[in-house]
Amino acid sequence: MRATGQATGGRPDAAAPAAIELRGISKAFGAVQANRNIDLRVPRGTIHGIIGENGAGKSTLMSILYGFYKPDAGEILVGGKPVTIPDSQAAIRAGIGMVFQHFKLVQNFTVLENIILGAEDGGLLRPSLSKARGVLKKLAAEYQLNVDPDATIDELSVGHQQRVEILKALYRQADILILDEPTGVLTPAEADHLFRILEGLRDEGKTIILITHKLREIMEITDNVSVMRRGEMVASVQTSQTSPEELAELMVGRKVLLNVEKAPARPQAPVLEVRDLTMVDDEGVERLRGISLNIRAGEILGIAGVSGNGQTQLLEILGGYPEKGARVTGEVRMNGRPLPLTGRGCDSGQRRREGVGHIPEDRQVEGLIMDFKAWENVAFGWQDAPEFQRGLLMDNDAIRRDAQAKMERFDVRPRDCHLAARNFSGGNQQKIVVAREIERNPDLLLIGQPTRGVDIGAIEFIHKQIVALRDAGKAILLVSVELDEILSLADRIAVMFDGRIMGERLPSETTTGELGLLMAGVTDTTNIPESAGIPPGQAHVEELPEGSA
Amino acid sequence: MEKMPKWADVILTPLISLVLAMAISALVILAIGESPLEALSVMVEGALGSSYGWGFTLYYATNFIFTGLAVAVAYHASLFNIGGEGQAAMGGLGVALALLYLPLPHWGLALPVAMLAAALFGAAWAFIPAILQAKRGSHIVITTIMFNFIAAAALNYILVSLLRPVGSMDPASARFPAETNLPSLSEILASVGILWGRNTPANVTFLVAVLACILVWLLIWRTRLGFEIRALGRSERGAIYAGISPVRITVIAMLISGGLAGMMAINNVMGEAGRLVLNAVEGAGFIGIAVALMGRNHPFGIFLAALLFGFLYQGGGELALWTSIPRELIVVIQALVILFTGALDNMVRMPLERLFLAARRSRGGA
Repeated sequence: MRATGQATGGRPDAAAPAAIELRGISKAFGAVQANRNIDLRVPRGTIHGIIGENGAGKSTLMSILYGFYKPDAGEILVGGKPVTIPDSQAAIRAGIGMVFQHFKLVQNFTVLENIILGAEDGGLLRPSLSKARGVLKKLAAEYQLNVDPDATIDELSVGHQQRVEILKALYRQADILILDEPTGVLTPAEADHLFRILEGLRDEGKTIILITHKLREIMEITDNVSVMRRGEMVASVQTSQTSPEELAELMVGRKVLLNVEKAPARPQAPVLEVRDLTMVDDEGVERLRGISLNIRAGEILGIAGVSGNGQTQLLEILGGYPEKGARVTGEVRMNGRPLPLTGRGCDSGQRRREGVGHIPEDRQVEGLIMDFKAWENVAFGWQDAPEFQRGLLMDNDAIRRDAQAKMERFDVRPRDCHLAARNFSGGNQQKIVVAREIERNPDLLLIGQPTRGVDIGAIEFIHKQIVALRDAGKAILLVSVELDEILSLADRIAVMFDGRIMGERLPSETTTGELGLLMAGVTDTTNIPESAGIPPGQAHVEELPEGSA
Repeated sequence: MEKMPKWADVILTPLISLVLAMAISALVILAIGESPLEALSVMVEGALGSSYGWGFTLYYATNFIFTGLAVAVAYHASLFNIGGEGQAAMGGLGVALALLYLPLPHWGLALPVAMLAAALFGAAWAFIPAILQAKRGSHIVITTIMFNFIAAAALNYILVSLLRPVGSMDPASARFPAETNLPSLSEILASVGILWGRNTPANVTFLVAVLACILVWLLIWRTRLGFEIRALGRSERGAIYAGISPVRITVIAMLISGGLAGMMAINNVMGEAGRLVLNAVEGAGFIGIAVALMGRNHPFGIFLAALLFGFLYQGGGELALWTSIPRELIVVIQALVILFTGALDNMVRMPLERLFLAARRSRGGA
């Protein structure tokens, strides 16, 4: 997998000026030191990984490079020359391009229009467009960056949208490309293709900075890797000289268990039975196409799949709140009793009373009210629980006591229930949600992306809690786009693609390669290639319906 | 991380805004050749210098407390109720109908009945925009604005064609029965031997308004309904996740909001005029928006902001009376205060936040 090229092997000429060099960069937000005295040297023509827990300061550092923040101290050298980067225009002039985690594309513009947006040559569009068309053709041939220039963005799959972002940067003549968590939304096959593109760019002499929290990607593609922890750069090493275990330890500062220790499941009576669940949204798009599954008490069913293949809709329907205007048919039984899927009785409050807990996919939009204090968030969703009432009023003291106890047991830091939810880090926010839902002791717990944007220490803790709930004889539905998470937690794995369950596998009897193919919609997995990659003949399967919303 | 301490957020920011508004008002007064200092002293003397002035200031403030609370309750559900004007007008109609057509032998009985009628009519007027917003997504700002006009036109018709006593040339209802007249604050104080604010319109409604502040505070921060209103206001998807029905809470919040706006009528229609006249609300519904903005949608803040606007109203009136500053300029001054404390809030807030951050950093570095 690693390039064997001459100057590209992670052992660049020490005398040559680095593509980017940071010296003593510091940046504070109020009392929080986001970056402290950061030194970083990225040699030209290498892929450099930056890895670290959430809140370690990776994004701040890259925002400084791209001119969003002004550093409090330190200097930036590009190609050996000191530069100041007051805004993103200056970053582009310095040859720095950025591919954000959330794409910044105009949905109803074509690819070409998006590429020239902000880089038009004059008042008239036509000359710019035809020039861009030429450049695009050249780039596509050089780097396998094929995209239909006349397609509008909303027609493209997520993988292709990302290519447009890369093309935008290259069109602006970026020599240094920064990618922020680029594979979070991609299938394994798409991610592989992205890596081939990145390697191609590197071999042409471009410099790539890859921000990620996925150790596997770091090991697979980078030449060098720098580890950040609590705003400091704790190590910069050649990737070939390190191991995932060492990197994980550097990130958190102590040894962590990457694999969850759990005893074999002892499933009992079925808790959730879903038959032929179909959902058509208000635009007439079929989001779920005959889902059938069941979960027994004491087992975890993992749903793997690229996001946008119906997992959200499944969680919402089971949670009691299908999206507005949706038509839902099928049968859902819980402990043998049918659950209403529409109309009265189908609301999340009623579901909670029936013993369904729900850790939603998006804690910032659904699971928490970010402006509410932590203690208010502990009552959120359970605001009508009898122990929180005192006559006509809410018993705020009781809620605060409950919140403080939960924060204690789940080690939420800082342990101050009067802080607003937004003032906690991602991991601690998630712990608040997890504590709230798990401690209600639900018969069925719905979990969506339990560790998205959560640091490794908290991931470990949350995984343990999920397993403990399973061992207490509860049924758990786990939806995650992280295959590793599904593989290590689930007792059975169902793969979703395009609103269907493509198949069920046992974690012990499957591979990421097989699951990756199922996630891409390939049902015939008898002939699995060595790597998770897609054989050339099947390259079409990466066209995912993700962007069709 | 809080950007700045709470006291700076709730007190310092509006105070600086206010000073800025006053400074620009002073420049305007200078520009027309009058003395700003003299104008200020006339305003302060006229509004706060005597119990007579206070009587008027408190009367106006009472109106603004009700309309300000109305805006705040809706705001917590992230609904911008611009319809306080129409809801208060309809509340007036409710008061008039109750007092004219129900046998109410004593003000002690008439007051709760009138409050109920005012709240019901105001809430009913807010209900239609609310249900349109909740069920059909018609924007509440647009519908409530239009309902202000409809209310004004409807009242015009009702007063001229239905409620006007036979033979009267005045587009107003008949006088309410004398036994329903609310005791003024001066009468209440006189009964315990204090001479205060004779012949001023401040009446017992002021106490009702203070009570309303407390009840709204309890509602928003101490009840489940308030919790649900605030949750919906912050995140609709979150609310749905938490089993809170956006339709139900939107409608309830608007009913409470409209009811509060309607209750203003017991101050101006029942307490002061003693009959329903044309355009009885006199813009108090709109002032309520500024009051709520300045009071940061907190009942205590609204109370203080309402006092300030009561002072501006009364002091402005005095200015027109005793100086050659034209009446229009008083509106300019009031508008400047609204502009700075309401609309331009961030202009003061953001530099102030930076200042506090810088101060904290230098402390932290030491």
